[in-house]
Amino acid sequence: MSAHPEGETPRGLSRRPVELVTAAILIALAFVVLWDSYGRGAGWDNGPQNGFFPARVGWLFLAAALFILVQSFRAENSVFVTFAQLGQVSRVLGPLVLFVALIQPLGLYVAASIFILVFMGVVATSRWWSIVLTAILVPIVCFWIFELQFRVPLPKGPLEAMLGY
Amino acid sequence: MEDLSSLIAGFQVALSWQNVGFMAIGVVLGIIVGVLPGLGGPNGVAILLPLTFGMDPTSAIILLSSIYWGALFGGAITSILFNIPGEAWSVATTFDGYPMAVQGKAAEALTAAFTASFIGALSGVILITFVAPLVASFALRFGPAEFFAVFLLTFCSFIGMGRENRAKILASLCIGFLLAAVGLDSISGDLRMTFGSTELMRGFDFLIVVIGLFGVSEILLTVEEGLVFKGKQATIDLKVVLRTWAGLPRYWATLARSSLVGMWMGVTPGGAIAASFMGYGLAKRFSRRGANFGKGEIEGVLAPETAAHAAGTSALLPMLALGIPGSATAAVLLGGLLVWGLQPGPMLFVEQKDFVWGLIASMYLGNLAGLIIVLATVPLFAAIMRIPFSFVAPVILIVCAIGAYTISNSIFDIWLMLIFGIVGYVFKKLDYPLAPLVLALVLGDRAEDAFRQALLGSGGSLGVFVANGLVTTLVALAMILLFWGPVSDLIGAVRRRSGRAGKAAEAAE
Amino acid sequence: MKQHWLAAGAALAAATTPALAWEPTKAIEIVVPFSAGGASDQMARTMQGIIQKNNLTSQPIIVVNKPAAGGAEGMLDIQKSAGDPHKLITTSSGIFMTPMATKLPLNWTEYTPIAMMAQDSFVLWVNAKAPYQTAGDFMTAAKAASPSLKIGGTSSKREDNLIVFGMEKAGGVKFAYIPHTSGGQASTQLSGDHIDASTNNPAEDVANWRGGATRPICVFSEQKMTYSTPVADGKSWADIPTCASQGLNVSYQMLRGMFMPGKVTKEQQAFYVDLFKKVSETPEWKDYLARSALVPDYRDGEAFVTFLKADEEKHAKLMGDAGFTAK
Repeated sequence: MSAHPEGETPRGLSRRPVELVTAAILIALAFVVLWDSYGRGAGWDNGPQNGFFPARVGWLFLAAALFILVQSFRAENSVFVTFAQLGQVSRVLGPLVLFVALIQPLGLYVAASIFILVFMGVVATSRWWSIVLTAILVPIVCFWIFELQFRVPLPKGPLEAMLGY
Repeated sequence: MEDLSSLIAGFQVALSWQNVGFMAIGVVLGIIVGVLPGLGGPNGVAILLPLTFGMDPTSAIILLSSIYWGALFGGAITSILFNIPGEAWSVATTFDGYPMAVQGKAAEALTAAFTASFIGALSGVILITFVAPLVASFALRFGPAEFFAVFLLTFCSFIGMGRENRAKILASLCIGFLLAAVGLDSISGDLRMTFGSTELMRGFDFLIVVIGLFGVSEILLTVEEGLVFKGKQATIDLKVVLRTWAGLPRYWATLARSSLVGMWMGVTPGGAIAASFMGYGLAKRFSRRGANFGKGEIEGVLAPETAAHAAGTSALLPMLALGIPGSATAAVLLGGLLVWGLQPGPMLFVEQKDFVWGLIASMYLGNLAGLIIVLATVPLFAAIMRIPFSFVAPVILIVCAIGAYTISNSIFDIWLMLIFGIVGYVFKKLDYPLAPLVLALVLGDRAEDAFRQALLGSGGSLGVFVANGLVTTLVALAMILLFWGPVSDLIGAVRRRSGRAGKAAEAAE
Repeated sequence: MKQHWLAAGAALAAATTPALAWEPTKAIEIVVPFSAGGASDQMARTMQGIIQKNNLTSQPIIVVNKPAAGGAEGMLDIQKSAGDPHKLITTSSGIFMTPMATKLPLNWTEYTPIAMMAQDSFVLWVNAKAPYQTAGDFMTAAKAASPSLKIGGTSSKREDNLIVFGMEKAGGVKFAYIPHTSGGQASTQLSGDHIDASTNNPAEDVANWRGGATRPICVFSEQKMTYSTPVADGKSWADIPTCASQGLNVSYQMLRGMFMPGKVTKEQQAFYVDLFKKVSETPEWKDYLARSALVPDYRDGEAFVTFLKADEEKHAKLMGDAGFTAK
């Protein structure tokens, strides 16, 4: 799927902008840390105050992030991720985000079932009956292990409530 | 020798058929608990506790401690197969264990990890058997300054050797420290960097960060190359165990070094986590194959596993002798003691001799039983790599989500796991090393607490860190390890440059 | 694993016949807002043992430690679990002090009080080899010491910190208060001679006292403890003098009780009140009280609530005086 004709550079997101954005986010985080630490006191009052450490680490962090930023301008640019690869990744990430979003309203077990259906459907390498079987069996096995045997309560939704759990 | 006869009596207690049966049950249960990140030792014990009331305390504690052994062994399995460390001390095992699995050597890696655990734990038990009182009094010499020095030593032994982009190592280390600082600061009793959020108040739990950074991001990287496991297919049978064993004597130096590091860290309450990182760091420094570390070197699996388990086992000693549990699982054992009305502490060795020696004997036997059982399961676990990716990937992700949720019953944590998964994916592709981040996250706040406790006691004077021979030695060792890497690089660079100075000048024109 | 199927069946039956009293239908979780090995943890695990050993419920008990953020993690967990009848929390005075010190949106009135199990005393401990014999000796030494003497305790701006603040005020001296994550840790540091004293609860230091590593000086209570069975060196808890009798006028006691989340039904509350009343009457519990030198003081219902209200006011004043209240 990710094979490309010889000699042609695969098209994709290049590395430099990703480096730059990452470094910029790190710099922003460093400022947040410094702001918070100095707000609470980062000095030395008979021993370090509670912002002392985070503030020192924050300065180091800022320096490292700035250095990375400068470095990324000088580094050779290459492909960070090809669009084909990005497509593959989003085929996993998409269903995963959906899964996590559904846990709150539907409970973990039903969300897991939908996740398996969508994921295996998108990937489409298995027969439909094996997909359906997995989508039913995996949550049931999880329920048996966690809820019944080890009594670990996981988030439950309307279906479990209907069944009396 | 009185101790020896007590030990033999202990073996007689532990070796009854009934107790051997309990060991087997405990180990199997422990493996299940160790493999599924959502299950903790406390749950396993809660189920077994009612069963143990009919037993005498020795049988009961054998059953409970076997769960502990099983969980220790089980933690390595997910680290190697899926790059998901279930416990903090299995993180270093992923560095070489997972690449080995990717190269189709999962069975070798598992065998190496289990055997190393066994060797480490065995050296820990031997330590407990013969020098218990001595060791317990040594542990008492550790005040906050010494604690800090031990953590410093761990950081330096691990960081000093890094050969990646140093700015990125530093950034990654800083992120780890900062994540560790979020939440309540135990020294001042104030909240830090929570920005009014009650979710952030809990701080960042190590497991959530690691499941995301290592496990989820690895799945994202894997699918880039198509929806299959990276693992090559290899024939798997029990002979692989023997073949791997045949190769192990070559690594005697690493095994011995890691055992020593582990025992030392277990007794000085640095703990198994620090030991595993230090074991790995030192092996990388001193091994002839050091340059291959991180690419699937069997020594890179042996070193952290041996150290972690030597430490984990030696750490049971302070628990028995001083009543301080070294880990959550050890806390469960401690709970077991309390339920039977046994008070851990210095008097346990005097007043409950039979019990203590029965427990120590069961450590030898439980460990052995654990090794046999896990080795028998190697083909089973290695075979997981043959199941099609489209089946296994969603199951892994679901189990990861369950693991993240159960830590504090919060769906917010599952989102965090997802975010750290994406961060891990980007960081890996941009060559930010993740190990320093995890190390700083796990040990950062403990190091800071120790540092500040030390300074509170000294009235703010930094002199406490060179106040006695022990702490001075530790700090000096740390400095040597920190500067070893950069200095030797520098010397090498200067030599090369002076050799090539002329040519370089021409090339610069 | 058969029993919980039966229990689930029984629960279904109970649901259809409302006349029956409420019974738990799944494992009961006891949240301990401190780390394993501390006094709260010991109490929870002892109760776990007693309940299961005497078959006081059909369901197992799980002890969960949630020590993050000085116990606030555990308290928030209970706050979030409103209406969940399978959760309990062990509490200490932290139930007032954590919200005061951190400004976190926590309030005990949003929980359902079950019972107060006992009160815990605080003792001034020193290393067995230390020269001090009385609180007077210790305070005199503290005046002369430079740098200040080190006193260890659990957490910052909590019970131990308040006591040390009280000592400073009473004696006109300055101490270096060193917070630890648990009383066990403070006890170990004391026996290793890294701190000069600790203000641990009796249970947190009893092991080291018996092992000959630490020694009690005085108890921060108005009356001496009552347990007269010898513990170590032929001395019993009752032999420890009060600090006030030695010229150090500081007294402080802390409640140890059980709460459940808010918004539970009367029947559910009644079930647990009954359960812990039974626990408090078992011989094992009395053994535990004696071993940990707790002051027996069982209260439930109105008596407990009245106590809580008075205690909260007292703490608001103490915390305010010490400057521990968050601005």
